[in-house]
Amino acid sequence: MAEPPAALNSGHAIEFAPGVHWIGALDPTLRTFDIILKTANGTSYNAYLIRGSEGVAIVDTVKASFSEDFFARLESVASYDEVKVIVLNHLEPDHSGALPELMRRAPNAKLYISTRATSMLKALLKPDGERFDYTTVGTGDTVSLGDRTLRFLHTPFLHWPDTQCTYLEEQGVLFSGDVFGCHYCDARLFNDKVGDFRFSFDYYYAHIMRPFKQWVLEALAIIEPLKLNMIAPTHGPILRDRPRRYVAHYRELSSSSLAGRISDDERSLIIFYMSSYGNTARMAEAIATGAEQVEGVRVSLYDLEGGEVEPFVDLIEEADALLFGSPTINGDAVKPVWDLLSSLAVLNLVGKLGGAFGSYGWSGEAVRMIEDRMRGLKMRVPLKGVRVKLIPSDEELAVCDTFGREFALELTGQRAGGKVVDMADLA
Amino acid sequence: MAKGKVTFEDIDTTVNVPAGTRLIEVSEKVGAGIIYGCREGDCGTCMMHVVEGWNNLSEPSVLEQKVLKENMAGRHDRLACQAQVIGDCVVKPT
Ligand SMILES: Cc1cc2nc3c(=O)[nH]c(=O)nc-3n(C[C@H](O)[C@H](O)[C@H](O)COP(=O)(O)O)c2cc1C
Ligand code: FES
Ligand SMILES: [Fe+2]
Ligand SMILES: [Fe+2]
Repeated sequence: MAEPPAALNSGHAIEFAPGVHWIGALDPTLRTFDIILKTANGTSYNAYLIRGSEGVAIVDTVKASFSEDFFARLESVASYDEVKVIVLNHLEPDHSGALPELMRRAPNAKLYISTRATSMLKALLKPDGERFDYTTVGTGDTVSLGDRTLRFLHTPFLHWPDTQCTYLEEQGVLFSGDVFGCHYCDARLFNDKVGDFRFSFDYYYAHIMRPFKQWVLEALAIIEPLKLNMIAPTHGPILRDRPRRYVAHYRELSSSSLAGRISDDERSLIIFYMSSYGNTARMAEAIATGAEQVEGVRVSLYDLEGGEVEPFVDLIEEADALLFGSPTINGDAVKPVWDLLSSLAVLNLVGKLGGAFGSYGWSGEAVRMIEDRMRGLKMRVPLKGVRVKLIPSDEELAVCDTFGREFALELTGQRAGGKVVDMADLA
Repeated sequence: MAKGKVTFEDIDTTVNVPAGTRLIEVSEKVGAGIIYGCREGDCGTCMMHVVEGWNNLSEPSVLEQKVLKENMAGRHDRLACQAQVIGDCVVKPT
């Protein structure tokens, strides 16, 4: 086996299993990836070449600006007319950047992408105005290289809709795309050789995979039964030493982080609020009191002023329903509310119930704006929120109480069904 | 004016709407569980299942059919941001 880093520098492929080569690129100076991630020691774009008795396959390419490294490494072990198969595990530009040029150079190659990738491929090839033939594949589909077989696993949404993994059956190598990847640039390439990348691995999961936990679990269900000698992701170390540890770790990370604190037969409702003169705070308390009357709901009340975003994000991930209270200040909800509501992109909020309430002086925009934001975040907003002009009266606090109770009934599925309403009354 | 009744099965609620209303206009207001992404028939996020009254929704366009296919829609699935109500129907999130 060739030993990096010398071979890395000289534009050579690294063979890490018989006929299986790393032909990627290192990007050690990158410090921010995709806007949302910090990359303290850069990243790598791993691409792979597999040689079978009847042709060569390429799995993923590199970011366009690293094409030269990629092609040099490819040419060191194969000629373009040998390439029969090109697989893209997802179409993000950091892995599809060299695709158009590769397709041009490899006239005998067929492109394999996931069923969900077709319209994205078209959008990516716009600048070149080119069209390439492709074959869409799903779980169970295979392509033969003679003595070797690539099997496709449909693992959508990890982290793009079109994500798939590709499994080299005879050698038990899983080309997993961004799954099991991390931004960790190290020329030693393999998990048993590189520095301590545990932080990078978890950080990558937290920012890229966390919103898709349900999909991770579905993907794990088809990955776990495989015989796994190695996992070859598109970023960071190749996991050849005890690869199953990373699969188990993904399962752990995708399971509930606060499990066991709230009992199974209760739904968790969290009420967040901000208040300058205590009006919205009193509404929050009345709503909490109302909600608590409902069996099967555990209510938590938090003043946003006394907390930080990160732990609140963890709380929200495990909650079944959220209510936000904000006064209207200068025609808007207050910043801590938006700070929290703009930090939830790492979560999947689909199916959680949302609602809003607040005190206001003359126009009261905050409540509707929060409701719209919650809908935008794909939460379900079942009740129109309560707005109170300045100081809540006893009657208005009773309305808050009722709102809390109705919301909790909705949360526990106890609200009377069979309702018929007119569209005009919904606005 | 012609009307249609849309029943959102997940929240057991029926809304009377004028014919021609897009599902998206109703479902969010009433707090049903269908979710939206692009809101213009491109992403497939709003895929819903039509439980009854398949023929009481406007015909899917060629583009909608393409998006449905790419998102592996089942039989009687539609995009809620595209389908218009022309009669009574029952829908639910996929
Ligand atoms: C981590 C990540 C998540 C993304 N999520 C979405 C998404 O949810 N919806 C979407 O339409 N595009 C999504 N995209 C695609 C980007 O919007 C797309 O690549 C865009 O062209 C980037 O534009 P820019 O070159 O101006 O940064 C995502 C991209 C990345 C890297
Ligand atoms: S919301 Fe994107 S297709 Fe309907
Ligand atoms: Fe990616
Ligand atoms: Fe990537």
